[in-house]
Amino acid sequence: MKPAIELEVKNLDFFYNGNVHALKGISLPIQKYAVTALIGPSGCGKTTLLRCFNRMHDLYPNHRYGGEIIFEGRNILADKVDLINLRSRIGMVFQKPTPFPMSIAENIAYGLRLKGIRSKSELVDRIERALKHAALWDEVRDKLNASAYELSGGQQQRLVIARALAVEPDILLFDEPTSALDPISTAKIEELVVTLKKYVTIIIVTHNMQQAARVSDMTGFMYMGELIEYDTTEKIFTAPEKKQTDDYITGRFG
Amino acid sequence: MALTFSTLAALIGLFWLVFILGDVVMNGIGALKLSLFFNDPVPPGVEGGGLRNAFVGQFLITLLATVIGVPIGVLGGTYLAEYGRGRTLSRIISMLSDIMVSVPSIVIGTFVYAILVKPVGHFNGWAGAVALAIIMVPVVLRTTENMLSLVPWTVREAAFALGAPYYKVIIQVVYRGAATGILTGILLSIARVTGETAPLLFTSFNNAYFTVNMKEPISSLTVSIFQYAMGPYDIWHAQAWAAAFVITMFILVLTISGRLLLRWRYKQ
Repeated sequence: MKPAIELEVKNLDFFYNGNVHALKGISLPIQKYAVTALIGPSGCGKTTLLRCFNRMHDLYPNHRYGGEIIFEGRNILADKVDLINLRSRIGMVFQKPTPFPMSIAENIAYGLRLKGIRSKSELVDRIERALKHAALWDEVRDKLNASAYELSGGQQQRLVIARALAVEPDILLFDEPTSALDPISTAKIEELVVTLKKYVTIIIVTHNMQQAARVSDMTGFMYMGELIEYDTTEKIFTAPEKKQTDDYITGRFG
Repeated sequence: MALTFSTLAALIGLFWLVFILGDVVMNGIGALKLSLFFNDPVPPGVEGGGLRNAFVGQFLITLLATVIGVPIGVLGGTYLAEYGRGRTLSRIISMLSDIMVSVPSIVIGTFVYAILVKPVGHFNGWAGAVALAIIMVPVVLRTTENMLSLVPWTVREAAFALGAPYYKVIIQVVYRGAATGILTGILLSIARVTGETAPLLFTSFNNAYFTVNMKEPISSLTVSIFQYAMGPYDIWHAQAWAAAFVITMFILVLTISGRLLLRWRYKQ
């Protein structure tokens, strides 16, 4: 059986600051309900690619997309795409935890309210469900009204994941979500990523090759703005086709 | 050697500060009477006058100035830190606003005199409030800008990533993060204008009678202190001391609460 495809990247180019060519002719299918890892040395364009999926680049001037990213039959790079709707369907978790300056419960309610959910009981239900999905419920159930800043870094990151999950996105983008965390928190996030693929399609950018090997089903290796190789994680880490990929995963450069 | 001189300089500065404050406190507390707050001025020679008109007038002028100045300052600061971030226009506004902070307040007084007193033909409370508002705006604007800039950019990105439009990101996330800082700026700007005399001399002037009509000349504490201190009667001097004490304490409390708020925020 061929796996279902969530996103189809077709010949994607990306330019910023006028004419810096950051992504060069990238094409890859992203599988539904799987974890796709993007790896590569710093500056290879993996985060830049990730930020195309929710059009985060649109916050800044002087950028240009080329090619297509097809999501539900439509090109999300088109001019008339409703970015607010797009971003509520494709969520994002950042490198550093980004809790909002409000209570734990309010943090999660924020995205729900943006979606127009007003009913108190529904908010309460969905806050609990999101916190459970993010494996944080047991730690915070007694202090939902405490400031999110009181949580540890790892807890904050799981809160942010819960916040992103609460709006029930189809895809969740992770931009090096554990690079600012200690090993125990990192292990918890990795475990979470693997369980979450039951509900959402996950794309994760990571510096850490072991992490990619542990959590992902598919892996894309990028170098200098190009996608060098894209295959199952097993294949990439055991028998890569390209020499550059082999050099990178064996630690010969990068 | 350098230590000796700089310590000496600090002590000299401190000496005058303590001297002035001590003088105000000692003379002020002695002259403080309940009638000061509840009675209006009476002709010299009559017992039991007060400065109720000046307290009420001061309150009204400051309140109106805050109502006019704070929204302009906060919204302007929001433009500088958010929509105008990095633009030449906002850099120019920032610089002009820094200059505005140090413009002598009497200049602002005469300016408002020209636009709001002269055309009307007489001094009025509105002109006083506008003059104080003009002094407040740059203070509030710059603090707002600085406090908003302290909210990490990634927090905004996270809100965008949830599908929030920019105005909601600002109002619901960024303002919440910067609220205590902005409030501190507002408190300090109120403290700043409460002590102003020169701009009020040219605008709201003074009124020996009780009034809440902002279209008329209206009394304020600072101008009353100025006139009573210059006057020939001992009872006036005593009331000026008492009023000076009250206003000094008010500014002190505002400033200290501003500082405390800020310290509390950074502990979080």
